[in-house]
Parts: sequence; C-alpha cells; structure tokens
Amino acid sequence: MAPGPRLYLAIALGGALGSVARHLCALAGIALLGPAFPFATLGVNVAGSFLIGLYAALTGPDGRLFATPAMRHGVMAGFCGGFTTFSVFSLESIRLLEAGQWALALGYVAVSAATWLAGAWLGDRLGQRMNGRPTG
Amino acid sequence: MIGLVLVALGGALGACARFWLSGVIARRLGERFPWGTLVVNVSGAAMIGLLAAAFLHAEGVAEGWRETWLLLVIGILGSYTTVSSFSLQTLALLHAGEGGRAAWNVMGSLGLCLAAALAGHRAGLLLSGG
Repeated sequence: MAPGPRLYLAIALGGALGSVARHLCALAGIALLGPAFPFATLGVNVAGSFLIGLYAALTGPDGRLFATPAMRHGVMAGFCGGFTTFSVFSLESIRLLEAGQWALALGYVAVSAATWLAGAWLGDRLGQRMNGRPTG
Repeated sequence: MIGLVLVALGGALGACARFWLSGVIARRLGERFPWGTLVVNVSGAAMIGLLAAAFLHAEGVAEGWRETWLLLVIGILGSYTTVSSFSLQTLALLHAGEGGRAAWNVMGSLGLCLAAALAGHRAGLLLSGG
C-alpha cells in the first residue's frame, strides 16, 4: 500500500478508537459526577495532551521507541486527536456562559488551558526521562 | 451499540479531515505558527455552535436527533477538532524559545474558538427562528 492511504487508514482507525473512548468517558463522567460541570471533557483533554507529549518524546528522533510514520500518525493525529476535542470544550464553555454561570465558565476555560499544557509538558518530561537523557 | 458505531465512524472521518486540512494549511502558510490546528479548531467550534442551536435544548439533545448528534457532533466535530495537537504545538513553540508565539496561540485559540462557537450558536438560532 502507498504511504498516503496507509497514513489515512491509521489516522481513521486511531480517530475512531479515540472518539469512542472519549464518548465512553463522557457517559461515565455524567453517570458518576453529574452534568453540572464538564469534568469528562477536561479529563480527556488533559490525558490526551499528556499522552501525545509522552508518545512524541518516546518516538522522536532521540526516542527509545521505534515507530513507523503510520504508527506515529495513528497514535498522535488519530487517537490523541480523536480523544481530545476543542469543539466540545468550546460548546460547554459557551453553554455555561449563556446559562449565566460566568465564574464557572471562566474557571473552566482557565483551568483547561493550564492543565492541558501541564499535561503535555509532563508527558514530554516523562518521555525524555525514559529516553535516558537530561531534560531541558 | 449503534451509538458507538456512529461515534467511531464520525471519529474516523473527522480525524482524516483534520489531518488533510491542517496539512494543506501548514504547507501554504509554513510551520512557524500552528495555523492548521487553529483553523481546524475555530471552524469546528463555529460548526458545533450552529448544530447545538438546531439539536440541543437546555435539558439535552432534542428527541429523535440523538443518532444525528452522535455522528455529527460527538463523532465528526469532536474528532475534527483537537486539544492534543494544540498542546504539543504550544509546548514546541515554548521549547523553541518562541514564548510570544506560544502565548498568541493559547490566547488566539481560546478567544477565537469561544467567539466562533457563540457566533455559530447565534446564527443557528436566527436560522431556526429561535
């Protein structure tokens, strides 16, 4: 198979798995924690950011894991991309705003941005450490 | 079970659309700033606002539209937009010493996506006469 179709196949598979995993997390979040605050979306976005940071470090040029381009795209653009979502986050934020819950909306946006970046940073640090070289 | 199949199908389509479009944009505009991810996220936010106006009530998805919602919103749009690439690209800008560009990416993505979702939602309400 030519590289193009193989990449798209890997991304489609990863995207399907990531989206189903996100949907199951959302159902579990509602069942366990209720619908008042979008804990599930926050959780998947932080976890997906951590995972992409970790995997990118482990499979990068200096990484200890070997991954083909199809595997890398399948995990990063496919699974992590499908698992995390900016659109649902945006919708949840404006629904809080439109319900008049300004503080909750603002808190959701601020905590999200901070924890997404912290997740990617932690994943990268852990990956660099597992690669066995000093972190920058 | 049909719900999971629809989410999987939509998720596969959304991820491929994101990869294709962000690649096209990155090749046109260069890779010094993650324009591709920004465009994908802002356009997806506008679409989700529009669809929410059509299918979402205060108490949840409108009766009879659950499958449509799972395919179009949870599947396609959920997967089309991405936080993980946004986080990784922001981190890469920071590691490259591009603190200014990283800050613009964070503020720009949050501001434009929320504005796009609001605008899409308002437009959808107008269109549906709400």
